[in-house]
Amino acid sequence: MTTALAHSRSMTTRHLREIWRQPWYVAITLVQPVIWLLLFGALFKRVVEIPGFGGGDYVDFLTPGIVVMTALFSAGWSGMAVIEDLNRGVMDRFLVSPVSRASLIAGRLGQLAITITIQSVVVVGLGLAVGARFPGGLAGVAVLVACSVLLAWSVGALSIGLALVARQEETLIGAVQFVVLPATFLSAGLMKQSLAPGWVRSVARFNPVNWAVDAGRAALGSNVDWGLVASRFGLLTLLAIACGCVATRAFHAYQTSV
Amino acid sequence: MIRNAIEAHGLTKTYPGDVRALDGLGFTVEAGTIFALLGPNGAGKSTAVKILTTLSRPDEGTAHVAGVDVLGDPGRVRRLIGVVGQRAGVDPQATGRENVVLQAEIHRLPRRERAARVAEGLDRFGLADAADRLARTYSGGMQRRLDIAMALIHRPQVLFLDEPTTGLDPDVRSAMWGEIFRLARDEGLTILLTTHYLEEADRLASQLAIVDRGRIVAEGSPEQLKAELRGDAIQIELASPELNGRVPAALAHVDGVREVELAGTELRARADSGPARVPAVLAALDGAGVKVATVSVARPSLDDVYLRYAGRSFEAADNERRTA
Repeated sequence: MTTALAHSRSMTTRHLREIWRQPWYVAITLVQPVIWLLLFGALFKRVVEIPGFGGGDYVDFLTPGIVVMTALFSAGWSGMAVIEDLNRGVMDRFLVSPVSRASLIAGRLGQLAITITIQSVVVVGLGLAVGARFPGGLAGVAVLVACSVLLAWSVGALSIGLALVARQEETLIGAVQFVVLPATFLSAGLMKQSLAPGWVRSVARFNPVNWAVDAGRAALGSNVDWGLVASRFGLLTLLAIACGCVATRAFHAYQTSV
Repeated sequence: MIRNAIEAHGLTKTYPGDVRALDGLGFTVEAGTIFALLGPNGAGKSTAVKILTTLSRPDEGTAHVAGVDVLGDPGRVRRLIGVVGQRAGVDPQATGRENVVLQAEIHRLPRRERAARVAEGLDRFGLADAADRLARTYSGGMQRRLDIAMALIHRPQVLFLDEPTTGLDPDVRSAMWGEIFRLARDEGLTILLTTHYLEEADRLASQLAIVDRGRIVAEGSPEQLKAELRGDAIQIELASPELNGRVPAALAHVDGVREVELAGTELRARADSGPARVPAVLAALDGAGVKVATVSVARPSLDDVYLRYAGRSFEAADNERRTA
């Protein structure tokens, strides 16, 4: 167990270092959510006036949506670095060394958690700066970040699994494009569910993106419904475990094909 | 100390699409020696290495490395081996030192020793000055040396080198040969290397096995294999292909010349003390009216060994694969 933890930490360090050495990439991952928040915030400023929305400030509503959306995007691309490792022979070297497959996955998910926490803090900070108010306070932000990370772990594990099976960047890019934006719009990330068509609401009920948005937004508001938060948190945890198992299986699939 | 560092028996492996990469491959490597698997591209050498290093599993067969069952306890095998794959395995976005440190952490080297062992490893492969540069700025030869330094940081018992000098310049290649040779001599390391350079196997290996179409077709020391061929190779380039039909009859009665083979305009034959036979051979050809462009006599090479056991020249087998 201590070995698995030490290996995971070594791998997380490696991935963080790799990102840190690409300043442009760091800049883009920080600037992009800021643009989403400011752009959507301005574009849809007046949707709060639609009867049934319930009024309030749209940025209050939007901020948790953008945090979750950003986590989803970052996680989706996790597999790209795996394909690079596969192409360079780095992955094969790890697979013939005493590092466990679980640690290889955990290393990437650890990096994802740190990246997403930083991105979330930036988005929430910017939201506050442009006038948003979050009565849920620090505890609310912690719930939002935790749910975003759990969602990112699920999506990241699937992205890694797909990378190991498909081993082609084009396939991964296609799959991420296909899933990420629709999954965002089929949630309450940008728009109140009570104003969405019935079929969107039905789909959203089973959409993990929506679970994260619901829990995060509830925790940031006043009079937090902790039952709702706990149930969504539980669902996201189960999903993350299941997706982690899928990614581990993908290593076996890769190894039977080499 | 175990006697055999590697034992493989009856390994078979078929890839999807009915590609039979291994077809009952088996061999043993004595501890402390350099063993070469020699064969053209696609002969199954890399598949054999993947199985022995636990990356891949065979359909059938058994293998032991450093006395440990590769299929039964792959985790233990991974702690006892070092592997340098065909593709670099070096993280280009990390420095040389970071690459080696990561391997040291994976093998859980004691923290106190780690920095010193890493520095020593880098120094030994001439990378001390470049240690803190990103590996992507390294030349091909430096990357290969870093690769070997990474594979050796935990002092493995068996080192696998899959085509260690492919793609390197000739002078870098011979420097690499020197380093590989020293590793086996100074550390008692067992080294299994695959190569499709006949010269490399001849120079480095004390024992070698020739692999063709997933099977071992010949095994022994380079000297033994060459000695089995008895005699020198006479190669003659013919200048009158239309008269080739007369050649076998013309040479049938020349004393001490055997294994006459004709491919296109190239005539190959074997003879004890070859240089002394050349005049008689030329006289016989001349007598039949066959004209000769060039003549050469060579001591048997591994290429001849390959031709004899695989039934085709090494180059032909390599090209066959490439066009397949």
